[in-house]
Order: sequence, then structure tokens, then C-alpha cells
Amino acid sequence: MTEVVVTKDKDSAPAADALVVLENVNKHFGPLHVLQDIDLTIARGEVVVVIGPSGSGKSTLCRTINRLETIDSGVIRIDGKPLPAEGRDLARLRAEVGMVFQSFNLFAHKTVLQNVALGQVKVRKVPRREAEEKARQLLDRVGVGNQADKYPAQLSGGQQQRVAIARALAMDPKVMLFDEPTSALDPEMINEVLEVMQQLARDGMTMVVVTHEMGFARSAANRVLFMADGRIVEQATPEQFFTAPKSDRAKDFLSKILHH
Amino acid sequence: MNVLVDNFAMFREGFVGTVRLTALASLLALVLGTIIAGFRVSPVPALRVFGVTWVTLLRNTPLVLLFFVVTLGLPALGLRGWDEDWLAILALGCYTSAFICEAVRSGINTVPVGQAEAARSVGMTFTQTLGQIVLPQAVRTAIPPVGSLLIALTKNSAIASGFNVTELGSVQKTLNMDAGYNIYVIFFWIALCYLIITFTISGLFRLLENRLAVAR
Ligand SMILES: Nc1ncnc2c1ncn2[C@@H]1O[C@H](COP(=O)(O)OP(=O)(O)O)[C@@H](O)[C@H]1O
Ligand SMILES: [Mg+2]
Repeated sequence: MTEVVVTKDKDSAPAADALVVLENVNKHFGPLHVLQDIDLTIARGEVVVVIGPSGSGKSTLCRTINRLETIDSGVIRIDGKPLPAEGRDLARLRAEVGMVFQSFNLFAHKTVLQNVALGQVKVRKVPRREAEEKARQLLDRVGVGNQADKYPAQLSGGQQQRVAIARALAMDPKVMLFDEPTSALDPEMINEVLEVMQQLARDGMTMVVVTHEMGFARSAANRVLFMADGRIVEQATPEQFFTAPKSDRAKDFLSKILHH
Repeated sequence: MNVLVDNFAMFREGFVGTVRLTALASLLALVLGTIIAGFRVSPVPALRVFGVTWVTLLRNTPLVLLFFVVTLGLPALGLRGWDEDWLAILALGCYTSAFICEAVRSGINTVPVGQAEAARSVGMTFTQTLGQIVLPQAVRTAIPPVGSLLIALTKNSAIASGFNVTELGSVQKTLNMDAGYNIYVIFFWIALCYLIITFTISGLFRLLENRLAVAR
């Protein structure tokens, strides 16, 4: 942890290297103000862990970045370009933003191999053979190469989540979003997924990870964002945040997740 | 002596007419119904409005009335050169498409949202998401109601005989009591012909259902 890139506020981030930028983003669900004046800049290669109580807007934040949720006001830019409106341009952009869901969401009617190859064939127009070749390599990389011909339902949760990561990686994304990737897993499977993510972080992938896994945050994150009630309440290095949180909300939250 | 043997050619013609009408109208209904179901879940508001209007109009119009509109109205509006057969297929297919649309849509609603979200996250367009991910999984649930709808379509096709289309219903019109036949015997044979068609359809759909249940 010697070369940690810490970006405490957006002004100190080198603008040229800002990959994901949110400026004054607001979002409502009916009367509920889920995202309130969010300003966030994520540098290329940075790993940001988002932490906070349930309902604080972490998933929504993640989902706005590839526009699975629309925003009411503000700007979101990825690699300098504002998120396009619904349509082909948006689809093209989404291919560059990998997403890993809490509930895996593997295509239930496709084999593991097809899950990883499909996006390349349909979106990138890669020939099927080439796509399957790459899919096999990725499946090997995440350690499920021997499951290629099974259907998702035949795999354990940990295996499914690793396939989901391979599926996202197959599109060569610029940034990967993880929304509580280990929350639906049995305890003994959490590590196999975290290890894959750690390797990804070491390889220089830009990552936004919603998780309460402090071990992962400490070892892989450059920065921890603490969210509460739709706001980014505090951000710091993992070390600073976990040992000396500044806000009362964060102290309160940490005491709850540490003591049980 | 035997109505069936004596009038075999007429029965055969009627049977073939009903099969043809049923098959072509079913095809139209399936294709249109699936497309309209796609409209109804599309992100484009205009398409959704079109879908709702289509379903509401066609589902609530009595089929006979629709036949009148299509066979009399369309030619009057300048659609010339279509014979009654094709107009009947059009009327029957459009009518049934409204019901198929709703069956397909209910199938779509059983597919977890996460499936479509994952597809969109990979960069698939709406059409790709629907065609590659959602519809193939929706089919499983939609098959039984769609089978029932096609059986209903088969029987609804009898209305076409009132509009100069040769099908099983027209057999009964020709071979009536005035022609010296026992009307119940005629009814029996006609009913049997319909049964052959509807049993074939249910058999086909049961087969499909089993095939899809095995896959996975
Ligand atoms: N689609 C939705 N419609 C209405 N409310 C929603 C929707 N999604 C999330 N919410 C609400 O928004 C708030 C933030 O949700 P979420 O971003 O999922 O929080 P977190 O991931 O931090 O638990 C919650 O109160 C949740 O109930
Ligand atoms: Mg969440």
C-alpha cells in the first residue's frame, strides 16, 4: 500500500486522468431524495469502496453510473463523455462499464460459456469462435474453466459470481461496478470471489465496489466512501476511515458492523 | 347414404380451408402478438401507446364486427385485390394477436428484471435484450396460454364462412336439412374435423412444453 492514489476531493484529482465524474447529481424515487448533490471523481486505475447503512443509496449510485437508473439533475461523465440518453449510444457506453450484481444475474437459459461469449458476439460483433476462445481464457482466469458447459443453476453461488465477473470482463470494460458482490454468498464462498476482485485491482482495473468486506477494502481500495441518507458523508483512505472515522454517522455505523 | 363418403371432396375442401385459415392466422397472430408485446415493454412511449391501443381495440371488438370492418371497410378504404381468404386471415390474425400479446407479456413479466439489467449492462440494445434474453425465457410460461388461444382461433375461424371463405363451416351451410341430410350427422363429422385440428394443436404445444422443461 505504498503507491495509494488518494483523492480526497475532486479538485486534487488530475483532471486528465479522471475516468468517472459525477457532478452535482440528484435523484429522487418519488418523494425520496436518494442521491443528494453527489460530487465524485474516480481516477483511472482507482479502486473505490462504497460503504454505508442499508438504504443510503449505494446501489442507486452504482446503477446511475451505467444509467440503469436515470438521474434528475447533474452530470455523469465517463472518460470525458457525458452519459448518452437511451438508445444505441448508451448501449455502446454500457459495454465499457462492467456491472456485477449482488444476485449474479447470469443468463439462466445460456451455458456458462455462452454467458461470457454472448456480449462479445452480439455487441462487439466478434466471430463466435473467437469470442468463445476469449470466454474460456476468462473462465480459466476466474477459476471456473471446467464449468464452461454447465448452466448457471448448476453452479454454486461463488462460481456464478465469478462467471458474472468474467462476463463483464469479456467486454474489456474501462471501469467495473460491483454492487455487494458477496452479500448473497455463503461465507465459505466469499473469499474465492474477493480473491478474483483483488487480482483485478492489482491488474489496474478501475473499480467501484459497494461492499462491507473490510478486509477487501483495506487490502485493495485506494479510497473508502461512506454514504448515509443519499450523501457522501466522508471519504478517506481505508486505513484512516476504519481506524479514525471523522463523522458521527460513520463511527456509529462502524461500531455496528464491527460488534456482532 | 353416408354423408361423409358422398361428400368427401366437400369435406376435404372445408377441412383444408380451416387448416389453412388456422395456420396462417396463427402465424400472423404469433408474429404480431410478439411484436406488440415488445412494443408494450419498450422504452419508447409512442410504441407503448400503440401497443395498448392495439390490444384494447382488438380485444374488445366482437370478432364478427372485426370481420365486417376488414372485409367491407378495408376494400372501401382502397385496399383492393385482396380476396376473402386473405382478409379473413388478416381479421382473425389481428384479433388473436391482441390476446397473444397479453400472454407473451405475462410471460415477460415472469422473467426476473435482473436478467434484462444484466443484458443491458453488457451493452445489448433493447431489441437484443428482448430477443436474446427475455423472450426465450418468457416462452416457457407463455406456451400453455398461447396453445389455448390458438385452439380458440381454430374455432373462431368458423365465422369466416359467413364471409365467403371455404372452410368447415361452409360445409354445414351447403349440406343442410333442405338438401335432405340429417343435420346431426353433419354436425358430428364437422365437430370431428375440428377436434382433429385442436388435438393436433394441443399435442404440439404439450410437446413444446416438455421440450422446454427438459432444456435446463
Ligand atoms: N426502484 C425503486 N423505487 C423506489 N424506491 C427505491 C427504488 N430503488 C431503491 N429505492 C429506495 O431508495 C433508497 C436507496 O436504495 P439503495 O440505493 O438500494 O440503497 P443501498 O444500496 O444503500 O441499500 C432506499 O430507501 C430504497 O428503498
Ligand atoms: Mg444495495
